[in-house]
Amino acid sequence: MQQHSISYRRRALTSGQISPTELVQELDAAMRRQNPAINAFISWDTEAALAEAASADLSLPLGGVPIAVKDNICIQGQPTRCASRILGNFVSPYDATVVRRLRAAGAIPFGRTNMDEFAMGSAGENSAFGPTHNPADLRHVPGGSSGGSAAAVAAGMAIAALGSDTGGSIRQPASHCGVVGIKPTYGRISRYGLVAFASSLDQIGPITQNVEDAALLLNVLCGHDAADSTSSTHPTEDFTAGLHDGVRGLRIGLPAEYTTGGNSPEVNAALQKTVRTLTEAGAEVVEISLPHTEAVVSTYYIIACAEASSNLARFDGIRYGYRVPDSAGLSDLYSRSRGEGFGSEVKRRIILGTYVLSGGYYDAYYTKALKVRALVAQDFTKAFENVDLILGPVAPTPAPKLHDDSQTPLSVYLSDIYTIPANLAGLPGISLPVPGVGKLPVGVQLLGPHFAERRLLAGAAALEAAWS
Amino acid sequence: MSTPGLNVAYIARLAELQLTPEETERFSRDLNQVLAHVAELDKWDTAEVQPMYHPLPVYDAVRPDVPGTSLPREAALANAPQQQEGMFRVPKVVESAH
Repeated sequence: MQQHSISYRRRALTSGQISPTELVQELDAAMRRQNPAINAFISWDTEAALAEAASADLSLPLGGVPIAVKDNICIQGQPTRCASRILGNFVSPYDATVVRRLRAAGAIPFGRTNMDEFAMGSAGENSAFGPTHNPADLRHVPGGSSGGSAAAVAAGMAIAALGSDTGGSIRQPASHCGVVGIKPTYGRISRYGLVAFASSLDQIGPITQNVEDAALLLNVLCGHDAADSTSSTHPTEDFTAGLHDGVRGLRIGLPAEYTTGGNSPEVNAALQKTVRTLTEAGAEVVEISLPHTEAVVSTYYIIACAEASSNLARFDGIRYGYRVPDSAGLSDLYSRSRGEGFGSEVKRRIILGTYVLSGGYYDAYYTKALKVRALVAQDFTKAFENVDLILGPVAPTPAPKLHDDSQTPLSVYLSDIYTIPANLAGLPGISLPVPGVGKLPVGVQLLGPHFAERRLLAGAAALEAAWS
Repeated sequence: MSTPGLNVAYIARLAELQLTPEETERFSRDLNQVLAHVAELDKWDTAEVQPMYHPLPVYDAVRPDVPGTSLPREAALANAPQQQEGMFRVPKVVESAH
């Protein structure tokens, strides 16, 4: 796995062992060979990538490195469909800021990764282009919603990929596929050109094969952008600088609420192994409490669906996207275009979101959720007065089987309990694989205070080094 | 069918979202189960808590008021399901008087 990393590939490129063109061809061959079984990519434009490879500037930090991009991030001239029928014919008229930043650093955006439609899902199954399969075991899901990005990186079809994380959509599939995923602090990375799901929660981030690659990509992706009014003006930094800082002297909190009954044995084993490794590396692991943990799923689904119902109102069949061929007036056109264009989970969430914002229910649900959100955020503010990082699981279980009919929407939503808090509170979180604890990959998560990505990366890198 | 908690057919009309009868029934079941769970939020006392609209404080996030370049009209219309003479074409919105 390690031989495919960005830093390895960059050495091969700059020493002339491989050309950017050959690298694109190699990945294209890997996609042709493996994608039919995994379905991590729903489109890729080899010709466009080869054209960019021909003029790649190897002196740039990511010169000649192809990066896969989730299907909800705009690449000019390429389809951006959010794995939805309603955007079936949509071709981006511009580059997202993150894509522009990748190009400016010499990288080549290559391949659109499969996802849960409009990023709504935790399994990678809610795609109009069919489910993605977990490369570790094709009978299992890769997680979601950035399931295609995680599966592509895990299978070696991509060197690294961009994902988006609204309630865990980078960290959870990374955990299920055995790769690294980081959701930076809210506002660190511009969302201009990311198709909005829930704007107070959405964040773009990288999915990579190791922690160093995550830092390399953050160096390129982070920074203020006037085109995104939520983009932070917090100074950006060299995220690779602290990779070898280690964890000696750090206090790391393990929430009591994260180790109770609901976790599978593999997930508890991963946590215990992480606690041992951190302690051996000189950190002090202490039990803490996040008392509002049981409220996070309800809080999240009210807020995320409310924002989604508003954001997805733009898909009306007028300016872009699917339109029914015949209609009896404007309302009929809207209603049937949306009804035929959106998949089930998207419709379910639009209904829930519309309901919690509707007259008579707004305060009872939406305002209440915003207040509990403040309590959840306060839990973390208080916790970080005493600890430097927080350790937790990523998901309660390893990747479930595909097409598990025993699951209800509620039971699926409840599995997001460990990833949602970082989005509600705007915190950075990283998921990294814990080797040797089960048949399927299992990750653990580190959470940090706002803008403490360097500390997070140092913690993750220390664990990775101890386990390699 | 819909329970008094969430009338899916009514909300779908508000959302301009056509559902099949099967979806209406399934979503009623699914979402009323979700709402029953969500009702547990009431146990938290939030009388003195301010709603949190945004995860980080951001103030006056406006860019300098300098004209920039816009998408060319052709690019803005390129994804339109129907267009005519540089405009989006839509069904008749205003009915004639007679």
